[in-house]
Amino acid sequence: MNAELNSRGALELWLEGQARKDLLRFITCGSVDDGKSTLIGRLLFESRMLFDDQLAALESDSKKLGTQGDALDFALLVDGLAAEREQGITIDVAYRFFTTEHRKFIVADTPGHEQYTRNMVTGASTADLAIILVDAQKGVLTQTRRHSYLVSLLGIRRVVLAVNKMDLAGYSAEIFADVERAYRQFAVQIGLQDVVAIPLSALRGENVVEAAASMPWYHGPTLLAHLEQVPVGQPGTEEAFRLPVQRVNRPNPEFRGFSGLIASGSVRVGERLRVLPSGLASRVQRIVTADGDLALAVAGQSVTLTLEDEIDVSRGDLITAGDAPPLLGDRCTATLVWMGEEPMLPGRRYLLKCGTRTLSAAVSALQYRIDVNTLEHQAADRLALNEIGAVVLSLDQQLAFDPYTRNRDTGGFILIDRISNQTVGAGLLQAALHHEAELHWQTLDVDRKARAAQKHQKPCVLWFTGLSGAGKSTIANLVEKKLYGSGCHTYLLDGDNVRHGLNSDLGYADEDRVENIRRVSEVAKLMFDAGLIVLVSFISPFRAERELARSLFAAGEFIEIFVDTTLEEAERRDPKGLYRKARAGQLRNFTGIDSPYEAPQSPELHIDTSGASAEQSADTIILHLRRAGIIERDWVFLP
Amino acid sequence: MSKLSHLARLEAESIHIFREVVAECERPVMLYSIGKDSSVMLHLAIKAFFPGRLPFPLLHIDTTWKFREMIAFRDETARRMGLDLIVHINREGVEQGINPFTHGAVHTDIMKTQALKQALDLHGFDAAFGGARRDEEKSRAKERVVSIRSAQHRWDPKRQRPELWRLYNTRIAKGESLRVFPLSNWTELDIWQYIHQEHIPIVPLYFAAMRPVVERDGTLIMVDDERMPLHPGERPQLRRVRFRTLGCYPLTGAIPSEAATLSQIIEEMLSARTSERQGRVIDRDAGASMEQKKQEGYF
Repeated sequence: MNAELNSRGALELWLEGQARKDLLRFITCGSVDDGKSTLIGRLLFESRMLFDDQLAALESDSKKLGTQGDALDFALLVDGLAAEREQGITIDVAYRFFTTEHRKFIVADTPGHEQYTRNMVTGASTADLAIILVDAQKGVLTQTRRHSYLVSLLGIRRVVLAVNKMDLAGYSAEIFADVERAYRQFAVQIGLQDVVAIPLSALRGENVVEAAASMPWYHGPTLLAHLEQVPVGQPGTEEAFRLPVQRVNRPNPEFRGFSGLIASGSVRVGERLRVLPSGLASRVQRIVTADGDLALAVAGQSVTLTLEDEIDVSRGDLITAGDAPPLLGDRCTATLVWMGEEPMLPGRRYLLKCGTRTLSAAVSALQYRIDVNTLEHQAADRLALNEIGAVVLSLDQQLAFDPYTRNRDTGGFILIDRISNQTVGAGLLQAALHHEAELHWQTLDVDRKARAAQKHQKPCVLWFTGLSGAGKSTIANLVEKKLYGSGCHTYLLDGDNVRHGLNSDLGYADEDRVENIRRVSEVAKLMFDAGLIVLVSFISPFRAERELARSLFAAGEFIEIFVDTTLEEAERRDPKGLYRKARAGQLRNFTGIDSPYEAPQSPELHIDTSGASAEQSADTIILHLRRAGIIERDWVFLP
Repeated sequence: MSKLSHLARLEAESIHIFREVVAECERPVMLYSIGKDSSVMLHLAIKAFFPGRLPFPLLHIDTTWKFREMIAFRDETARRMGLDLIVHINREGVEQGINPFTHGAVHTDIMKTQALKQALDLHGFDAAFGGARRDEEKSRAKERVVSIRSAQHRWDPKRQRPELWRLYNTRIAKGESLRVFPLSNWTELDIWQYIHQEHIPIVPLYFAAMRPVVERDGTLIMVDDERMPLHPGERPQLRRVRFRTLGCYPLTGAIPSEAATLSQIIEEMLSARTSERQGRVIDRDAGASMEQKKQEGYF
């Protein structure tokens, strides 16, 4: 009887210990054949998570399908789908579970194959730590860099560099040191500071769980020992309070609660909260759970809040700390990972889900594509499957969010195709554009409004685009003269002139053209803020860059003027003799000849120069400005 | 206080999943199989919508071959908690005399898989919660939390959507439906610990007791009623056994056990050397059988 009580007491103690255990979620990534699956299989095996029947299945599978002769092929434990078994590669994310005396673990096994960036990003989105596998003999490969970049992009700060197959590298301390040095050099560049390197052999189980006698020169922890002791901060408890509202719980007229999982921070009864995007404020009345009301709730808990005031709150709203508002805007910058089979095209509308909010969104500008192998920024007009780009999103409603680097749950989003319903993109939000973002800027005493008021004008940007020789500069010059003559404060940014100074380092390759326009857009924005009417006369051949420029301004502030002429006519005029040179092969990447011009689809003004003189065209523009209320009627003389 | 235990985090995640799907789908239903995972799932669902009522019905696919104690537990649970319980039986299968003894895997297909499709179509459910866990079996390890099924209820591994952060894509075309697994990240041990912590009622068959069994192909089958045909010379023996999973009694193997309390079950589990799926007769086909069954619409 006593003995039974004792053992029961011991079990209760053990269960309490279990309840106190924390959780580490990690991903494993590496190239094909680096031994990822073998490593995970080994961890499951060594932490005794395999049952006899699973072992028996493994033995029979190893004989049938294994690649290790008579030995157990641990990779077969985790390569789940039949198709994968035949191909011998992991093609999807698999989740594995194991427990040790100290911790519980959830492992995302993510594929190393080039075309499956999508799966790695998926696995990394919920991981606290990443194990990057490197074959000791092959060292740091392009894929290693790619995986590390994705790990860093998804906000994982802790990395284990597992230098595998040390048995095939003669257990050489020098080889290990070389790989470690090469990796650290690269890791620092992409912001991965916390890297622990461990030499091991997954196949032989050396330095996985047991320290290896074969590598006496290594004094660090084994892989499992490290995983058991690496600190895991409960994510987000110190951050500002955020609760995306999932549902309004309204069982009877007396109760109206807002249910959701606390994404970050903590909340107490009586605390002042603000609901976004409405901006309405109230105080916490109760924190309701099925186990009774709480006085305090923290990140990671699912709760239902009731508020003191009857304010309008619905699904998709974000309840936040009263003194730490998130960003709010309908235009924002983000990094986008494309996961769809069909490419992402700027301007196409998708559904965007962030937290519990779903709204309609389009990429208004693709600023550049990031080559995940070289981290180079490249000009692009689309993103294909597994490509990553920097984008400006344009939303049909205001979205409250945080930068992804501060909060994964309120800063990460997915894009859904409206027709196929597939999840086609995953993104990380960065900043809100426009006045909405200024909520958190220090209020400046002299602002754009004040500067413009002093000049008695409404600032705007007149963006002239068209082929070389279409007449952009001639017309822009005339317009500026007319405005100046009427007392307007203006500035003309001309392509040729800017290329002599600010952009003298840029050539005519696509990526240079993108950068050229990006800089000019920013300069135009500064001048606009100074209260000026800014005239920009650039060929600006790519639609995406013009959209990017437009995205910096509010509706009505950016006026795109398409100075249209046929290529034949422009070539006939050829005022600078450039077409002749291009035709003769002396000029490369010349717009219209061997570099495309993407005509605007819906410019504010379409000036056809074949049927009108430069003077007439300038008057048309002035007329438009007057009608749009940019300039006052009396200021400008019209014919 | 600021540090949540593993179980607390799992609980919060499951509640979040329930709330998301109920908020975004039109006609959800919970598949209630009466087993321990279903008991935990029901407990979590009630927590998710407290103080409101459960906003969806429960659906039990009755193959007519469940243990009698399961049916009694089901009806008692529904009565005690005031649940909206739908019981569906494939009447065509019954009329054809389909049974697990002569038809084996065909029985599972007709009385379980086809019956489930019938019930989902009949009621027009667009999302069905199920108690499957990723730790159960290899192909389950890759299953999404929200898994899409074609209008024919087929699972296509290539059409499954990437799931990032806590963002679930529940959008479907007409006729398609979702299977949702709120217990995806729970392990068998988590389930037992949670049952212990929350005092969740479970079917008594999980506890060891003297039960009439026969041994066939190394599996102990309980003789639950007179429909069980005995082989010549075969005689049920009373043995102290319990079940690690529950299903149709002729297809569910018992294990010899002395574990008569929850603590003893957990203790036994900790030293167990076989996985719970071993008790399921249908799993012992070729390696990829579960994946095939899933493609055909088995939950």
